[in-house]
Amino acid sequence: MTNAKPVGTATVDVDTPRAIDPGLPVADRVFRGGARAVGLLVLAIMASIGVFMFSESGIAFDEFGWSFFTEHRWALETNQLGVLSLLVGTVTVAAVAIAIAVPFALTTALFITEYAPLRARRTLIALVDLMAAVPSVVYGLVGLILFQPYLADIARWIHDFFGWIAILDVPGADPDTTNWNNTAHQYTSSAFIAGVAVALMVMPVCAAVMREVFSQAPAGEREAALALGGTRWGVIRSVVLPFGRSGIVGGTMLGLGRALGETIAIALIIVPAFDVKLRILENGTITIASQIILRFGESSPLQLSALMFAGLVLFVFTLIVNTIAAAVVSRSRSGAATEI
Amino acid sequence: MTTVATKETGADTEPPEAQATEPDPDEPAVEEADAPRRIRSADADDRIAQVGSAAGSLGLVWILYHRVLPTEGLLGFVLCWWIAFLLLYALVTVQRHGRVVLVDRIAAAVVRSAAVVVAAALVTVIAYTFWRGGEALVHANFYTEDLVFDDSTDLSQGGIRHAIVGTLEMMGLSIAFTLPLGVACAVFLSEVRGRLSRIVRTIVEAMTALPSIAAGLFILVALILALGVEQSGLAASLALSVMMLPIITRAADVGLRLVPGGLREASLALGASQWRTVWHVVLPTARPALATALIIGVARGVGETSPVVLTAGYTNFLNANPLSGWQTSLPPFIYNNARLPEEEMVVRAFGAASVLLTIVLILFVISRIIATHRGGRRS
Repeated sequence: MTNAKPVGTATVDVDTPRAIDPGLPVADRVFRGGARAVGLLVLAIMASIGVFMFSESGIAFDEFGWSFFTEHRWALETNQLGVLSLLVGTVTVAAVAIAIAVPFALTTALFITEYAPLRARRTLIALVDLMAAVPSVVYGLVGLILFQPYLADIARWIHDFFGWIAILDVPGADPDTTNWNNTAHQYTSSAFIAGVAVALMVMPVCAAVMREVFSQAPAGEREAALALGGTRWGVIRSVVLPFGRSGIVGGTMLGLGRALGETIAIALIIVPAFDVKLRILENGTITIASQIILRFGESSPLQLSALMFAGLVLFVFTLIVNTIAAAVVSRSRSGAATEI
Repeated sequence: MTTVATKETGADTEPPEAQATEPDPDEPAVEEADAPRRIRSADADDRIAQVGSAAGSLGLVWILYHRVLPTEGLLGFVLCWWIAFLLLYALVTVQRHGRVVLVDRIAAAVVRSAAVVVAAALVTVIAYTFWRGGEALVHANFYTEDLVFDDSTDLSQGGIRHAIVGTLEMMGLSIAFTLPLGVACAVFLSEVRGRLSRIVRTIVEAMTALPSIAAGLFILVALILALGVEQSGLAASLALSVMMLPIITRAADVGLRLVPGGLREASLALGASQWRTVWHVVLPTARPALATALIIGVARGVGETSPVVLTAGYTNFLNANPLSGWQTSLPPFIYNNARLPEEEMVVRAFGAASVLLTIVLILFVISRIIATHRGGRRS
């Protein structure tokens, strides 16, 4: 490792290594310059997304100031625009989606790495990837047409038994009604149903990250746990889960980032409602992304700028979540493994 | 290697040293004694407990659910059955085994059933889409006509030709933009390197999870509103490209990094310049990985709705020119028709979703085939 000093001082001059680097040929200089230029171009494109959204939302910021964050109405006629209800709705739908998706992602990842037969593992991984590749508009469509009636039924059931919890209440709806057809609409198009559709598309994203981290759990520690007489669950609890903790956190954050930015599945299912509310079972909610897609066509420049502002808020929000997720996951991959 | 034979039959009768005397590697008999014990297989006791609990809980819940309690609905029945099964299974287990086995078995049951639920959800989504769309898919006019009809309830009129053409043109343009840029940027990240590449890589990784609506908004603001470019297929392809570029770049970067360093060094040692090394050695070696990267990006892009809705407008007629005029693709078609009150329009939306799913499935299968053949010949 360390350079040993030559003993004979007389030979030092003779031993000086000849410079073998002839310098870069012209073709290489062009190649490296070109590649660097492409890198800069990509960087510029990516950076300009943030810059443009920032500069375009300036009009709205000048007009509304910080009250943009505390105003919940989106009244085009009176120009009372605010992002509060959008923010609350976005977080609510994402929270529902994560609450449903993460337990299933965790168990799916555990099933693939710990329970499934070795031969089936590749197929199962491919299936999870396939689930991630299904377009979100398809999830929205199936959620709207197929799942919604069942989910409204479940929502009524939850309301009936857990309605005393504030967020599960649906004011004005009677869960024990005999006339279900007239009551059903009070449970449809809710944050809960949108959250289920988003959960379907977020689940494979979370599961893929978790599975990868779980499968990297050190074999030595697994075997040690087994050799000590541990059951399969014992191995999971004492080796796989502690080792994969950052994968679980990172996968959840990554899923959260996807859930926050999801547009079309939510826009298909919900009915816009601009109250600041956390009642997830009640008809109507709104998220930033779905508001943009529903309203961009009918807006004046000021309102368009306000939409841009909302988009910027979403952009920054997801960027922070994703960066944290990437940091957590990458930390788990480097050097967390213990060798025995 | 073959010093300790794990023989289950004579558990404690003889010390392990007795078996380990004279390990002869050439003797085939040792291999049989050395066969590893299967530690993960379920024995008869476990199977009987599982099946018995399932059957018992089914009967119990059926009587309670349908006969005694005023409950109904298949979903509730299955849920109650599952809970009763877990309770019964736990009860059976705890009578014969300790707490440790109990927890192990219940955890296994919970994990397995959750995996079944996920698989059922995937199958339901895909099968239901094709089942509902089937009504429209059997009509040939569904593929050859625009969405024009005298009677919207007649499925033998009107189709999605305009959306299919729009999808193909937008994807073609997006590939033309993102493939060269993405691969060149990946080459920069993994071959040229330098301080700049670290910044670019960080930004690209952060942007892979960019909400697609942000990409659409960006093109809407930067091109359509600021520069006055009209809403068109080209604008939509640009929006999709912005979204796909980080995905393709990152996947290609990962692929290039997997090229063995020895190949690069061999090429350089033969006197090739870096440019020739990249062009003749690195890129051909990584070709399957690059194809996979492209397909991953295309599969994401083809299903994106919001960028296209924001930048391409919406039309019911064929517009084969992506450079001017409104154009639509399959996802906006689904989005716009799914909420219409007519049942037939919903069926058309499901038909379009089936076509979209088929495209995604084909891309997916191709990427799998390429991925499994990766490294077969060259590395």
